[in-house]
Amino acid sequence: MVYDSLAYNSSGEMLFGKAIHPLSCGSDLVLGDGLVFPEVNFTLPIMQVNEDNRAKILKQYEDMVGTVLNRLAILQVPGAVIEFEHAPQMTEYLDIGGDITALTKQLMDDCYQKHGLKTALRATICDIREKERPPKMRTGELVQRMFESFRLGAVKGADLLSIESTGGKEVNDRALMEANLPGLLLSLGILAPRDMHFLWNEINKIAADENVIAAGDSACAFANTAMILADQGYIPNVLAAVVRAMSAVRSLVAFEEGAVGPSKDCAYEGPVIKAITGYPISMEGKSAACAHFSHMGNIAMAVTDLWSNESVQNVKLLSGFAPEVFAEVLTYDCRLMNEAVAEGDEDIIRKLLIKSDEYKSVHALIVSPDSSYQIAQAIVAEKSDFERTRQAGLTACSIIEAAVQENKLTLRDREITYLNRIEDELTKYSSEETVLEAALPDYKDLFLSSEYGL
Amino acid sequence: MEKYVELQESIISGKKDKVGELTQRFLDDGRPAKEILDEGLIPGMAVVGRKFQEGEYFIPEMLLSARALNVGLDLLKPLLEASDVKPVAKVLVGTVKGDIHDIGKNLVSIMLRGGGFEVIDAGVDVSPDTFVQMAKESSVDIVGLSALLTTTMPSMQETVEAFKSDGSRDKIKIMIGGAPVTTEYAEKIGADGYAQNASLAIEMARNLAGV
Ligand code: B12
Repeated sequence: MVYDSLAYNSSGEMLFGKAIHPLSCGSDLVLGDGLVFPEVNFTLPIMQVNEDNRAKILKQYEDMVGTVLNRLAILQVPGAVIEFEHAPQMTEYLDIGGDITALTKQLMDDCYQKHGLKTALRATICDIREKERPPKMRTGELVQRMFESFRLGAVKGADLLSIESTGGKEVNDRALMEANLPGLLLSLGILAPRDMHFLWNEINKIAADENVIAAGDSACAFANTAMILADQGYIPNVLAAVVRAMSAVRSLVAFEEGAVGPSKDCAYEGPVIKAITGYPISMEGKSAACAHFSHMGNIAMAVTDLWSNESVQNVKLLSGFAPEVFAEVLTYDCRLMNEAVAEGDEDIIRKLLIKSDEYKSVHALIVSPDSSYQIAQAIVAEKSDFERTRQAGLTACSIIEAAVQENKLTLRDREITYLNRIEDELTKYSSEETVLEAALPDYKDLFLSSEYGL
Repeated sequence: MEKYVELQESIISGKKDKVGELTQRFLDDGRPAKEILDEGLIPGMAVVGRKFQEGEYFIPEMLLSARALNVGLDLLKPLLEASDVKPVAKVLVGTVKGDIHDIGKNLVSIMLRGGGFEVIDAGVDVSPDTFVQMAKESSVDIVGLSALLTTTMPSMQETVEAFKSDGSRDKIKIMIGGAPVTTEYAEKIGADGYAQNASLAIEMARNLAGV
C-alpha cells in the first residue's frame, strides 16, 4: 500500500502512550493503548561471540535478562518490551542467536507466570549483508543467512521482528562526508527505498508464516550516523537534520510493506511514522546516553509508546549491573508520563518535554511533533519514494529557516551557508535522472545496481 | 616564500586545478620539489588542519583540500622519490574482524593523510593475519585498529598477538581506537596507544613515529 493521508488531524493530537492502532503482542501486552512502557536493551561486555564462549555468553544473557526482569517486577511496571539486539555473529552463526532468543523468552515467560509481568520480546537481526563491499543486497549467502535468522528468531520466541537495515548506506556514508546532495538523494531517495521494499516484503512473509509481528526498521545507518558526525564537528548539523527528515521515507516503506510497529527505538523518525501510520513507536533520549549522545533527550519522549535505553553493556556500576540500572531509569520515566495521563496533566508534561529541547538544537527541532507532522504531510502528498525524499528534505529546510528567522533557533554562519546550499541543491536535482547523472560518476563503484533491481 | 602564498591559498580553498597548474609552473621554473612541498603544500594543509580544529571547516572542506593536495603531491612524487624524500610515516588502518563500523576509521585516515602520513586502508572486517600480511607487504611504521563493538574488541588483542607470533611486533607501533575502547584496554592488550578522536589520532601517530 501507499499512504496518501495522515492518521492524525493535527500534531497536537499525537501523544505518548496512545496510538491510533494499538498493538497486542507477547504475553498480554498492548502497546499504544494509554500507557508508555520501558523497552530495555543490553549487550555483552568485552567478549567474543564464538563457539568456545557459548556457555559464557548464555550465562551473560541469563544474568542480564534475569536482573532486568526482576527489577521490573519489583517496581511493578505494568509491562515492558525486552530487545535482543544481535551482535553480527549472532545473526551469522544462527544457533547462538537462536539459543539466546529461546533463553530470553523462557525467562520472560517464567516472570509472567510468577509475577504477572506482561512483556514482549523484540529480536533485532543484524544486517550482515554489508560485510561484503560492495554489498550483495538480494543475492548471495549472507542474505539467505539473514532471513534464516529472522525465521529462527520467530520460531524461538521473538514476538517482534526488527532490523536496522543498511541498503544505500554504502553510498550514504561517503556522500555524508562530502556533503554531496546528489549522492544523498541517490542513497536515500533511490537505493534505500528500493532495498526496503525488497527486504520488508520478505520479513513480512516470514512474520506472517510464523505468526509474529513485523515491527519496523530504523534509519540509524543514515540519520544517526549523520547526527553523531555533526555532534563531533565533522559535518554541519543542518545537513544531519535534513538527512533525518529525508530518511523517514525509507523507514516508512517497512510499513507500506506491512509492518505494524512498534518502530525501532533508535529511529528518531518515529513521530513521522506515527503521524502517517498511527502505529505505536519506540523512542530513546536521555536514558540512552549510555549508548550515544544526542540532542533530543526530552523531546524524543513526547509522542512515544515505548521508552528505550538503546543499549548498555553488562558492566557493574555502584548499584548493580548496568542493564538493571537502566531498567529502573526507564521505569521511573514511564511512571511519570503514565501518572500525568492518570491525573489529566498529559498536555502539560508533553509541552514541557517539547519546550525543554525544541530550539536548543536543530536535531531536536526536526524531531518535534510539529516538525514531524509537517514532514509527514510533505511525504504523503507525493507518490514516488524519490519525490517524497526530496520534499521531506525541502520541508526540513523550511522548518529550520523559519525557526532562524523567528529568532528561535541560533545557527552559526557556516551552518546557514550550508542550509542555503542544501536547499538550492534539493531544488535543482528534481528528478531521478538528474540525480543519477550527477551522482553516478562519483558513486557507481560503491554499489551493485543489479542488487537494487536497477 | 612569497611565491607560494597563492599555492597555499589554493590548497586552503580546495581548488585542485589551480594547485595542479601552480605546482607544474613552479616545477617548470626549476624550483626543487622539496621546497614546493615544504613551503607551499604542507603549510597550506596545516592551515586547513587548524581551521578544522577551530571549527571553521567541516570534513567536506577538508576533503576538497586533501584532494587538491593530492594533485600537487602526484606531480611532486616522482621527483621526491628520486631525491629520497619520504612521507612522515606509513600507517595501515582497518576495522577489526567481525566489525564493519568504518566511519571513525575513515575519518582517522582522512586526518592522517591531511597530516602528511601515507595511509593504507585495509577496509572492514579485517582478520589478524591480513593485518600482519598487509603491514609487511607495505612496510608500514604504524598499524591503526578500529573497533566499535564490545564483541569485536577482542579481535584487537588477537591482532596484537598475531604480530607477536609473526615476529614483526617490534617493527611496528600499534594504536587503537573506537567508541568502547580505552587507554586501559590498549595497555591491557599490549598496544602502543589509544586516541579518542581523529585529531588526537594524528598526535598519537606523530608521537609513535617520533616526529
Ligand atoms: C552509526 C552506527 C552504526 C552504523 C555504522 C555506520 C558506519 N558506516 O560505520 C550502522 C547502523 C550500520 C551500525 C550497525 C551496527 N551497530 Co552500530 N553504532 C553506530 C553509532 C550510533 C555511531 C558510530 C559512529 O559512526 N560514530 C561516529 C564516528 C566518527 O565515531 P567513532 O566511530 O567513535 O570514531 C572516532 C573515535 O572513536 C576514533 N577512532 C575510531 N577508530 C579509530 C582507530 C584508531 C586507530 C584511532 C587512533 C582512533 C579511532 O576517531 C574517530 C573520529 O573521531 C554507535 C554508537 C556509539 N556510541 O558509537 C553504534 C554502536 C557502536 N552500534 C552498535 C550495534 C549493536 C550495532 C549492530 C550490531 C546493530 C545491529 N544489530 O544491526 C550493527 C553491527 C554492524 C557490524 N557488523 O559491525 C552498538 C554497540 C554495542 C556493543 N555490543 O558494543 C552501539 C554502541 C549502539 C548501541 N546499540 O548502543 N551502527
